[in-house]
Amino acid sequence: MSSSAAGHQYQPKTSVGKITNFVDTRVGGSAIVKEFGRKIFPDHWTFMFGEVALYSFVILLLSGTFLTFFFDPSMAETHYDGSYVPLRGIEMSMAYASSLDISFDIRGGLFMRQVHHWSALLFVAAVSVHMLRVFFTGAFRRPRELNWVIGGVLLILAMAAGFTGYSLPDDLLSGNGLRIIDGVVKSIPVVGTYISFFLFGGEFPGTVIIPRLYVLHILLIPAMILLLIAIHLFLVVVHKHTQFPGPGRTNDNVVGYPVGPVYAAKAGGFFFIVFGIIAAISAAFTINPIWNYGPYDPSPVSAGTQPDWYIGWVDGALRLMPGVLGNFPFEWNIPLPWGTNTLSLNVLFPALVPAGIVFTLLFAWPWIEAWVTKDRREKHLLDRPRNAPTRTGIGVAGVVFYCVMWAAASSDLIATHFMVSLNDVTYWLRALVILGPVIGFVVARRIALALQRKDREIVLHGRETGRIVRLPHGEFIEVHEPVDEYKRYKLVSFDSPEALTAQPDVNGHVSKGEKRRALASRFFFEDRVAPVTPAELEQAHSHGHHGEVASEHDKASISSH
Amino acid sequence: MKALSQRRRHPLAAIALLLMGLLLTGGIYAVASNANEAKAQTSVSASDIEEGEKLFVANCATCHGMGAAGTEDGPSLIGVGAASVDFQVGTGRMPLQMQGPQALQKPVQFTEEQIQQMAAYVASLGAGPAIPSEELLDTSGEEVDPAAGGELFRVNCAMCHNAAAAGGALTRGKFAPTLEGVTEKHIYEAMVTGPQNMPVFSDANITPEDKQDIIAFLKIIEEQGSPGGADLGSLGPVSEGLFIWVAGLGVIIAFTVWLTSRSS
Repeated sequence: MSSSAAGHQYQPKTSVGKITNFVDTRVGGSAIVKEFGRKIFPDHWTFMFGEVALYSFVILLLSGTFLTFFFDPSMAETHYDGSYVPLRGIEMSMAYASSLDISFDIRGGLFMRQVHHWSALLFVAAVSVHMLRVFFTGAFRRPRELNWVIGGVLLILAMAAGFTGYSLPDDLLSGNGLRIIDGVVKSIPVVGTYISFFLFGGEFPGTVIIPRLYVLHILLIPAMILLLIAIHLFLVVVHKHTQFPGPGRTNDNVVGYPVGPVYAAKAGGFFFIVFGIIAAISAAFTINPIWNYGPYDPSPVSAGTQPDWYIGWVDGALRLMPGVLGNFPFEWNIPLPWGTNTLSLNVLFPALVPAGIVFTLLFAWPWIEAWVTKDRREKHLLDRPRNAPTRTGIGVAGVVFYCVMWAAASSDLIATHFMVSLNDVTYWLRALVILGPVIGFVVARRIALALQRKDREIVLHGRETGRIVRLPHGEFIEVHEPVDEYKRYKLVSFDSPEALTAQPDVNGHVSKGEKRRALASRFFFEDRVAPVTPAELEQAHSHGHHGEVASEHDKASISSH
Repeated sequence: MKALSQRRRHPLAAIALLLMGLLLTGGIYAVASNANEAKAQTSVSASDIEEGEKLFVANCATCHGMGAAGTEDGPSLIGVGAASVDFQVGTGRMPLQMQGPQALQKPVQFTEEQIQQMAAYVASLGAGPAIPSEELLDTSGEEVDPAAGGELFRVNCAMCHNAAAAGGALTRGKFAPTLEGVTEKHIYEAMVTGPQNMPVFSDANITPEDKQDIIAFLKIIEEQGSPGGADLGSLGPVSEGLFIWVAGLGVIIAFTVWLTSRSS
């Protein structure tokens, strides 16, 4: 475009050049490539999970489109006459019959179904790991708070996309899952029954839920995911990518490689790697063998009925919730002027409270941390998890809380496969869902602090070489080798905030909120291992001659003996 | 006749009438519903029963008592029938390895002949379900419908044994085992005798023809294998989730490490 503005017209010589020039002068592609192609991205393996999520989403769109060609989202009844013998002649819905046809009578259909389902599992897994990476390295801090929130919404949408898809084949497993959702909806006080009847078009299961979920699954939810991914990526470009601290890396630059040509090629290749892995898994391992489960019928429930992994933690919470505690029942019948209303806290509580806690904390976290630290500067350098011990501890507590509920969703399989009592598994997990996060917090925080101390030790006294030397006067010492500058830079250059006492405001008054903040700050930063200062380093090296760090002089004297 | 009419106002007349009525309906029901009647045992000689008793006294009486009358450690076996013995001993569940939530399978301890002798002995103590004949177990017939068997399996069996017959957990350490590799005879016997925690599915409940359908269904899904590739234990979404997290993400992480190790 600048060329046209300069008045000097570039005249391509070949016909290909003419076409590209024609397009470029209309679209301005070269300017975009010039700008975006020089965008620098830092390199670290943990930065690639977002990419994995994006690629699995692309694979989901491709394989999902194929499936829509053959899937019939109708609950009209039919008798199966396809090629799967153990179901022939059985009454079922068109949705289930067409899912069976995709699996057995459409060329490549089963493979595509398995690609779709495996990539759905991978999509949510990659989103989760990506989020954990962002959390534990502190990449959610200013200016990326809103992008963190968008990521959280994407996680919820991914779960919604997964669950609506899981329900579509109308087999026994998905119907049981819907029945649980129906139960949860009905447990909402007063309006629950109305919402359930509205959702299912009458009493469960009705004849409208599959077409409705289908519209959500192929239209609304993917459109919202696409939109949010676009905003998410746009913000990544605007904010620039975060980087781990290292020599020459500051809060004002990005050290890495440009998009073109290195990253464009790598990212393109990585898409095919992800696609290849999913294809290999789909070709070799079956997923959701709907023919095993049979058509949905509200009467039977199969053993081993579980949701897909990402809904498992909610199912687990439902399994862990006791119906009565001692003599205290969680189901109350409340007499109201218009009749008795049942309040089923034993369903409502586990279905909503854990998810409520996790997502509230998740969305609010960037602001919680900014409030505690009073640090509102832009952060483009990442924390190593050990250098933010309290955040790491809280993150681990959240992970433990989630994982205990997740494990509870497979309590029956834990019981059969480890030959233990199902009841004992439930009791233990009930205790762990409360105690586990506390233990996880304490242990993770201690480990983080211990690793910081180890880093300090390595910087001050060098790396243990494992070489034991006997000195002339009989003393044994282990030779320590100083670490090189690059390694040392990594170990000493990090933010280590100190607990910030309550600050008076302009009137010299210390508000209650400020006192609470000071308390939180003490909780966060009271236990801290300060990074090594240059003075400390200088001191350690100066008495290195007494055996702590083997300097060049020492080495020479040791090897000469 | 006069004596009868004179006594019709006797205080016990009503009770006598009631008893007669009960006897009549009970008797008619017993004749009409012969579904639960024990099948005739095939060729059992007196010597079989005698040998069976010796084996029983040596191997089973410690818990089940002399004459199979039962003790504190084991139930009475009078009336459990030959099918029960054939199932429990034939699958290696009996003699019991140890007291526990339920009997575990172990290598079969007796020869086929010995099992038949013990079965004959227990059957001689009281009528009970007999070992099913060959034609009851033959699922190759025209009228056998595995699809109907699948429907029956999902309604009656899948809640414990899993829709793919992979087994499932029950309370307090009890469990429903996988049905893979269980013979037709043992499946049939389990249905009619209700071993361990399994309910009895008598012939009035599920007819022999329906039982054949169920067995045919189980054998078909066992023989066809998994059409979509390795089945990961047929355990449903748990093993699938575990697989994608461990194997899927594991391989992907290996690739990310490889990709980022080249340029820095």
